[in-house]
Amino acid sequence: MSTRDIVHIALFAALTAALGLFPPLTLPAVGVAITAQSMGPMLAGALVGAKRGGLALALFYVLVAVGMPLLAGGRGGMGVLLGASGGFVLAWPIAAFAIGWAYQRARFNPGLPGELAILAVFGIGLVYLIGVPWISAVAGLSLSQAFIGSLGFIPGDLIKIAVVIAVTRTVRRAYPALSQGR
Amino acid sequence: MIELRDVTHRYGERVVLQDLSLRLEERRVAVIGGNGSGKSSFARLLNGLQLPSEGQVLIDGLDTRTEGKAVRRRVGFVFQNPDNQIVFPVVEEDLAFGLKNLRLPRDEIRARVESALARYDLTELREHPAHLLSGGQKQLLALAGVMAMAPAHIVFDEPTTLLDLRNKRRVARAIAELPQNVVMISHDLELLRDFDRVIVLDEGRIVADDRPGPAIDFYERRMA
Amino acid sequence: MILSDYIPGTGLLWRLPPGSKLLALAALGTLLLAVPRLDLAALTFAAVIALYLGSGLGWRVIWRILRPMLVILAVIAGAQWWLFDALSAAMVALRLAALLLFASLVTLTTRASDMIAAFERALFWLRPLGVNPAKVSLALSLALRFIPVLGAITAEVREAQRARGLERSVIATAVPVIVRLLKMADDIADAIEARGYDPAPQSPRPTGDTRP
Repeated sequence: MSTRDIVHIALFAALTAALGLFPPLTLPAVGVAITAQSMGPMLAGALVGAKRGGLALALFYVLVAVGMPLLAGGRGGMGVLLGASGGFVLAWPIAAFAIGWAYQRARFNPGLPGELAILAVFGIGLVYLIGVPWISAVAGLSLSQAFIGSLGFIPGDLIKIAVVIAVTRTVRRAYPALSQGR
Repeated sequence: MIELRDVTHRYGERVVLQDLSLRLEERRVAVIGGNGSGKSSFARLLNGLQLPSEGQVLIDGLDTRTEGKAVRRRVGFVFQNPDNQIVFPVVEEDLAFGLKNLRLPRDEIRARVESALARYDLTELREHPAHLLSGGQKQLLALAGVMAMAPAHIVFDEPTTLLDLRNKRRVARAIAELPQNVVMISHDLELLRDFDRVIVLDEGRIVADDRPGPAIDFYERRMA
Repeated sequence: MILSDYIPGTGLLWRLPPGSKLLALAALGTLLLAVPRLDLAALTFAAVIALYLGSGLGWRVIWRILRPMLVILAVIAGAQWWLFDALSAAMVALRLAALLLFASLVTLTTRASDMIAAFERALFWLRPLGVNPAKVSLALSLALRFIPVLGAITAEVREAQRARGLERSVIATAVPVIVRLLKMADDIADAIEARGYDPAPQSPRPTGDTRP
């Protein structure tokens, strides 16, 4: 791993933290907030690939775990990670890795339908696959109850996918050297 | 001594430096030139951050291509934007970073950090977050971090471009006091008046190489 | 920007090694989730409150931590009550509150830098798997360094876009910020290498104890 890779990992961890500064929208259903922050794993995976993207979000998780208030709304610490939304944060490194893997397989040029599919399957589907059972365990709900409680977030997630596609395409045009890394 | 032998450097198709051969033996050498003249690439060749597409760069006889590690020990580098140079969140930690890379004993690291802090008036700020320093303090910290490593040569890439007049003078004074050999890339012609030698680059070639007075006159006429 | 919710102190909890506190947290979490009993949850909750008070952390700190969780706790307890009964609602709420308070206790009594150091030491055991602790700690420090810089860059770009009437466009803000960050990443990587950092050292992290 080159020095540049390490810098990119730190950078996307910090970027995910910065996305948390945008004011979140909380629906009081299950206490999971809609935040710009969940675009962090999508952007990291889509822009710098599996290894760097996944490690960036793992680094972000560690920073939150040691008590830095980097989650949306200025939350941080082990307490939050064990709470209701903890499973989503835990899912981010895995999602970033999977998104990066899929983008790399398409040589960072999957085409619009490809991008939509990758981000929907890994950026949303995979995250819910981990986050929803976590809620059900923490809140003592059944899986289906936890899932129905989370359905309200899907529209927000679709908007995020559109933003991520627009941003990554423009960034790649402005900075073509990026995809030349692995 | 710094020596370039038949150096050509390209980015893809674009030639940024063309067939340079030079020996820099003076204590204060400046390189000036317009935007895109190849100055920054020139600076980056001197400590092996970039390797020449063709030819050799020798630092005290060491080839940057084969002796990269030893070259970086001999050549310190101060960048234009200190925000990009300061690696660690706290002043003191950042100063220690380069020294740890030299694998010095712990006592020696501590001693060198102390003396660097004192020399650049940073002692009171040692536990200060680096991002809260003023622009001038940041550039002094960047310089202190390089100085603490005691290199034989220091390369500056436009060190005063982002500073106000007072900080510009303060950093210029710090540079003037350095015992090291200095190679400085700059747009700031005032800074170069008492240098030993000024090289003017244009489109990757040397178009003037003289004492500061005539070289700067030449440059000003050419840019007008 | 405050980067940690650490509260300075000198009591026993502050002097315990961070690793042992994290282990205790993991053990407690596992126990509570594996044994869903009201008496255990209530006992743990009381014990954690006692730990706070015994360490001089007072009700005000407890309230500060619990207050933002109250809505979530109420919703969860309400759902439990509606789906099952009052007892299981009390059990789930007490269990979650006890865990959240204990986890916060760990971060309240441990400096972030000590936690990172403990983390690096723990990574030592992963070295045979190809994890290099020196690289991890460099990445951690860089991330801490980037966060405030990023805030400043974002503010600058938003201001510039406001001048063009584009402040509401996420893309008009995000793209220049990310491009600038990537450019900055290249420069920082250069700067790190210019200061003698070797991305692939043959020997372990230079601790300063030995000469080459």
